[in-house]
Amino acid sequence: MSATEYSIRRATTGEIAGMLIAAAAVMPFLMVAALTDHSGYAFHATLATLASFASVFLIGNRCFRPGQVPAPQEINGKPNYNMGPVKFATVASMFWGIAGFTVGLIIALQLAFPALNLDLPWTSFGRLRPLHTSAVVFAFGGNVLIATSFYVVQRTSRARLAGDLSPWFVVLGYNFFIVIAGTGYLLGITQGKEYAEPEWYADLWLTIVWVTYLLVFLMTLAKRKEPHIYVANWFYLAFILTIAVLHLGNNLAIPVSVLSPKSYIVWSGVQDAMFQWWYGHNAVGFFLTAGFLAIMYYFVPKRANRPVYSYRLSIIHFWALIFLYIWAGPHHLHYTALPDWAQTLGMTFSIMLWMPSWGGMINGLMTLSGAWDKLRTDPVLRMMVVSLAFYGMSTFEGPLMSIKAVNSLSHYTDWTIGHVHSGALGWVAYISFGAIYCLVPWLWNRKELYSLRLVSWHFWISTLGIVFYISAMWVSGILQGLMWRAYTSLGFLEYSFIETVDAMHPFYVIRALGGALFLIGALIMVFNLWMTVKSGTVDVPQADYDHGLVPQLAPAQ
Amino acid sequence: MDQTHKGDHEVDHVTGTATTGHEWDGIRELNTPLPRWWLNIFYATIIWSFGYWIVYPAWPLISTTTKGVIGYATRLDVETDLSALRAFRATQTQGLAEASLEQIKADPSLFRIAMAQGKAAFGDNCAACHGVGGAGSKGYPNLNDDDWLWGGSLAAIQTTLQHGIRVATDSETRVSPMPAFGRDGILKRDEINAVANHVRVLAGLPTEPKADLAKGRALFEQNCAACHGPAGKGNQEVGAPNLTDAITLYGMDMASLTETITNSRGGVMPAWGARLDATTIKALTVYVHSLGGGQ
Repeated sequence: MSATEYSIRRATTGEIAGMLIAAAAVMPFLMVAALTDHSGYAFHATLATLASFASVFLIGNRCFRPGQVPAPQEINGKPNYNMGPVKFATVASMFWGIAGFTVGLIIALQLAFPALNLDLPWTSFGRLRPLHTSAVVFAFGGNVLIATSFYVVQRTSRARLAGDLSPWFVVLGYNFFIVIAGTGYLLGITQGKEYAEPEWYADLWLTIVWVTYLLVFLMTLAKRKEPHIYVANWFYLAFILTIAVLHLGNNLAIPVSVLSPKSYIVWSGVQDAMFQWWYGHNAVGFFLTAGFLAIMYYFVPKRANRPVYSYRLSIIHFWALIFLYIWAGPHHLHYTALPDWAQTLGMTFSIMLWMPSWGGMINGLMTLSGAWDKLRTDPVLRMMVVSLAFYGMSTFEGPLMSIKAVNSLSHYTDWTIGHVHSGALGWVAYISFGAIYCLVPWLWNRKELYSLRLVSWHFWISTLGIVFYISAMWVSGILQGLMWRAYTSLGFLEYSFIETVDAMHPFYVIRALGGALFLIGALIMVFNLWMTVKSGTVDVPQADYDHGLVPQLAPAQ
Repeated sequence: MDQTHKGDHEVDHVTGTATTGHEWDGIRELNTPLPRWWLNIFYATIIWSFGYWIVYPAWPLISTTTKGVIGYATRLDVETDLSALRAFRATQTQGLAEASLEQIKADPSLFRIAMAQGKAAFGDNCAACHGVGGAGSKGYPNLNDDDWLWGGSLAAIQTTLQHGIRVATDSETRVSPMPAFGRDGILKRDEINAVANHVRVLAGLPTEPKADLAKGRALFEQNCAACHGPAGKGNQEVGAPNLTDAITLYGMDMASLTETITNSRGGVMPAWGARLDATTIKALTVYVHSLGGGQ
């Protein structure tokens, strides 16, 4: 760039405010790092210092970049979509996905072969297990949700994402939270609440990021050019809003000191347990169900090139789902100190939840009416359709397992692990893979994916992996439950606990094999996406909205 | 997509259903009615839930909750189950409660019940340290052999089970504090090395080439023989292990011996009398006695 083209513009108010806040944060973080006697906390404070410092430069550097600021809302009468944060979150989701699947495979192997714990605190199962769950749910799943929600809300609202710095703040801030949470687990920093392990300071940071996320989403909807809000956006909004409420309720903790990572939750005893599973169950309901149903509602009709099956069903099942889901948490606490009435409500609301959950499956599957032949030729669509089948299966299994009589056999066994993974691998990951296979060519202006054959390989290898995984866990879970309750004719327990652990070994090996296949499939996907971006033919620049244009099979425009 | 217009809204030719007339980024929605089977099952689950709420405790009121018409309570349920189990076991184990340990050992039907109860109790309480088969591991004695620290008679095993080993809260517990010769400054490093070599002599194991065996022998007699005996044969009265057999709890290599003499050991076992009932202790005694080394 020659000197004549080189120009510096005046920073916007938002940029100045952003730089001031980031600059003001540097010293306090540095002081915490210097004064704390907890090495892991000092490491986190150092990361925060560096991140604040980097933010000042990243924002300041924007002033040297050419281009109009703030970016125009429309160019030539077409919305000027903001796809940078979407691209970042898409790449981040695949990165964290591979990391999370790998750690999952490691802990599966540790359960089969305990020597792999290596007798080191950082590599012990107890620390790697939350690393796995957070990496797949919040890092992989969370980035998929942020990427697709920012994509879908723009395209179905015909409006550029609200805010200038805010969308980037959401994406980068969220991933910074992931880094803090994940490294914290390895260093032994945890508040010990399942799926809510990060300590108070990480939770506070996530709150700021999440409220910004909600505002960006709402403000984009507010300036939409469509008269109605598309169904996918209802689900995204329910997801964002409810996760905010759940996060605040389950993390009301009082830190020991600003200089300590340790905190104590304000709830105690059975109230704490109830809050924990109100949170935990609705993390499944609103993060892993509502959020991914939103993905389904955009990407399935788009890819199948068919209208959504039933608008009426989408309304009824949406409101039924969000009304009923929030009550179902107590089914995680059957036969505990939780009062009977709460257990009853948790169980009955789970049963009533069955059909509202299936509403999403029906709407997804029936959208393919008139396009079923595409399953033979389009492995991406096949992946999304199979994800709906797994969704239907696990949302039937869930209410079944919430029945107290069934739960008395299934609870605390591997059946629960199998159930979670039929939902996590079969539904959440598959609908995400399908969406990302659609998104990458659209975002990078490629005509199509590098190889549909590789998508097929991915599909079959990982499907085999899922089948190995869940069938091994069904067998081991039911075996385990039956062994625990087996009595001899003299009225004594038939098996000691360690004998039941020993009996699990072959199934743990099969599970690890299933996990390995799933990981291999995901690595094939990464290669395919990499080649798509690297060597795919450049298509016409992302066409903006053409009203009335009938979308093609793939890519979308 | 083949479409015609019907009134305001387009009709999808594949299904013959009208759309809602809106479109988002090329996506339309059909106005299909709710599937009847879906709606019917949804209603059925709601009706079933109302029925369940009538039968079982369900809704919170101001100071209590609805109780349900059958008087069900989880705690009542588990108490009923447990007392039924206790009653059934009592009929089975009544003989054990009344008989002496020797009588149980001698009577085949009592012995069979004791072994069944002992196996279950062992698996849930003892196996974590001693192993499922009682084979032990470093620091946890093997219960299959006839090498006993505190005695292998029925009475001795029962006492050990009842009161545990080095349990601070049990006045009758087994206690044998071996001094920490190095840490407490009783022996110097070269003296510990000499004693360790002498212990290997007692066990019939090769010693280090430069070991001062005479000094080791003298120090052993001054410091160790009171409990372990001059020949190292041990003494079950004070829980002093026999050093001459090949069986070892913490290892007979130089490093382990040096560690044992320097810092002492002091494994603990819970006093099971505080956790298990007398019949279970009896059954466990017979079970452990019969593992292979009962005396």
